[in-house]
Amino acid sequence: MTFEIVTQELLHGFWQNCEVFALTLLMAIPLGLVVTFGSMSKFKPLSALTKVFVWVIRGTPLMLQLFVVLYVPGLVFGVPMRNRMMAALIAFVINYSCYFSEIYRGGIEGVSKGQYEAGQVLGMTKSQIFFKVVLMQVIKRIVPPMSNEIITLVKDTSLARIIAVGEILMAAERYAGKGVIWPLFYTGVYFLLFNGILTLLFGFIEKKLDYYRG
Amino acid sequence: MAILEVNNIKKSFAKCEVLKGITFSLEKGEVLSIIGSSGSGKTTLLRCLNFLEFAEEGTISVNGNQIFDGKHFEKIKETEIRENRLHFGLVFQSFNLFPQYNVLENVVLAPNLLKRDTAENNQKRALDLLKRVGLSDKIDYYPCQLSGGQQQRVAIARALALDPDILCFDEPTSALDPELTGEVLKVIKGLKSKDSTMIIVTHEMEFAKSVSDKVIFMADGVIEEMGTPEEIFQNPKSQKTRNFLNKSLEQF
Ligand SMILES: Nc1ncnc2c1ncn2[C@@H]1O[C@H](COP(=O)(O)OP(=O)(O)O)[C@@H](O)[C@H]1O
Ligand SMILES: [Mg+2]
Repeated sequence: MTFEIVTQELLHGFWQNCEVFALTLLMAIPLGLVVTFGSMSKFKPLSALTKVFVWVIRGTPLMLQLFVVLYVPGLVFGVPMRNRMMAALIAFVINYSCYFSEIYRGGIEGVSKGQYEAGQVLGMTKSQIFFKVVLMQVIKRIVPPMSNEIITLVKDTSLARIIAVGEILMAAERYAGKGVIWPLFYTGVYFLLFNGILTLLFGFIEKKLDYYRG
Repeated sequence: MAILEVNNIKKSFAKCEVLKGITFSLEKGEVLSIIGSSGSGKTTLLRCLNFLEFAEEGTISVNGNQIFDGKHFEKIKETEIRENRLHFGLVFQSFNLFPQYNVLENVVLAPNLLKRDTAENNQKRALDLLKRVGLSDKIDYYPCQLSGGQQQRVAIARALALDPDILCFDEPTSALDPELTGEVLKVIKGLKSKDSTMIIVTHEMEFAKSVSDKVIFMADGVIEEMGTPEEIFQNPKSQKTRNFLNKSLEQF
């Protein structure tokens, strides 16, 4: 059992983590915006419903949500969830959409009313105000909290193991079962490297947006 | 013919009546100052003129065309509101520059979005305006790199870029350190010409006295007194006006 073989095996597992990570981001980033619009809607029943939903998702463990998505379709509706990866993705996307939506909401609400009004008195349309005036300011505001959340997501992907998605920790556990413990600790290196790259990337983006204040 | 006629404008928030029937008119090239203690409804009046708020009653006419009637305000379409807004410009107390754009971009953004002219001509005009407000050397600065006085001068150029019929100022120097008010007031005074009509809400009495053709003193949502600067400042008829002027003199 050489170092190279373990590295290969773990990399194979980590690929699953990357898949969960990338697909979750890809779907949760836009879906979060939909949730935000729901919770900020002037139509009270919609905003109340959305807020309760967000509260439930943020108030319960992601691990529990993974179980719910895996088992509830089979137990309640008689259509068992056969694809474990799919179940993991659904749980992750819903969970992260809710977290992202709260970050977006904070970002949008943080832009002062005066910015909208300045756009209005200059005769801009609502969409011009959103895209040309507000959006950049929202992005600047949400980059730091989003980077925190995204780094948490990298680590959370290992939770997929709990419903037997063959991610990196599961791969390492197989060795542990045979009495070889070091591959388990070795997995930390993968996460550290991945998050190191992300941290650099977000630092770069923040710096890019640092040319103005406010 | 009056460039602006405001007739019996009324506006309430919840149950509180803030404007109780405001009527005045303005000729082209005139400068109107509105004075009055805080809470008397000055900001609300300017916001009604710029359609940031909608009066429940009363009419607004520009150049003889009625552009607003409180009776029908719920039926007005978004595009119509936007077109009507362009008769007016508004300079805010808190500037409200767009922080992510530099000085020049702040000024050309709206003219470009509204396709006022070619991008080239819009830029040329913006540069002219920035020269007029004395900021030619700051065109690539960001708002956060400017003093409050400079930011307000950019805001003035930005409002002028759309060439409004009537330019409104809501206490343009109230958010500024005292040593910076002078530069902004000088710029506003420099705009006075036979073609530019302005409404200025201000607490700077000396400035109001020297720049205005007409002065309105507002109290509790009504025009308590209206007249030439001499009439208002030298011979106020109303006791309320006298009290207000005495109080604002005491402050200095
Ligand atoms: N959006 C609003 N909602 C409720 N009350 C408001 C609102 N805007 C202004 N008011 C009230 O209207 C009154 C006049 O305010 P304002 O027009 O800002 O006066 P001024 O500019 O003369 O100080 C104040 O009593 C203020 O509290
Ligand atoms: Mg005010």
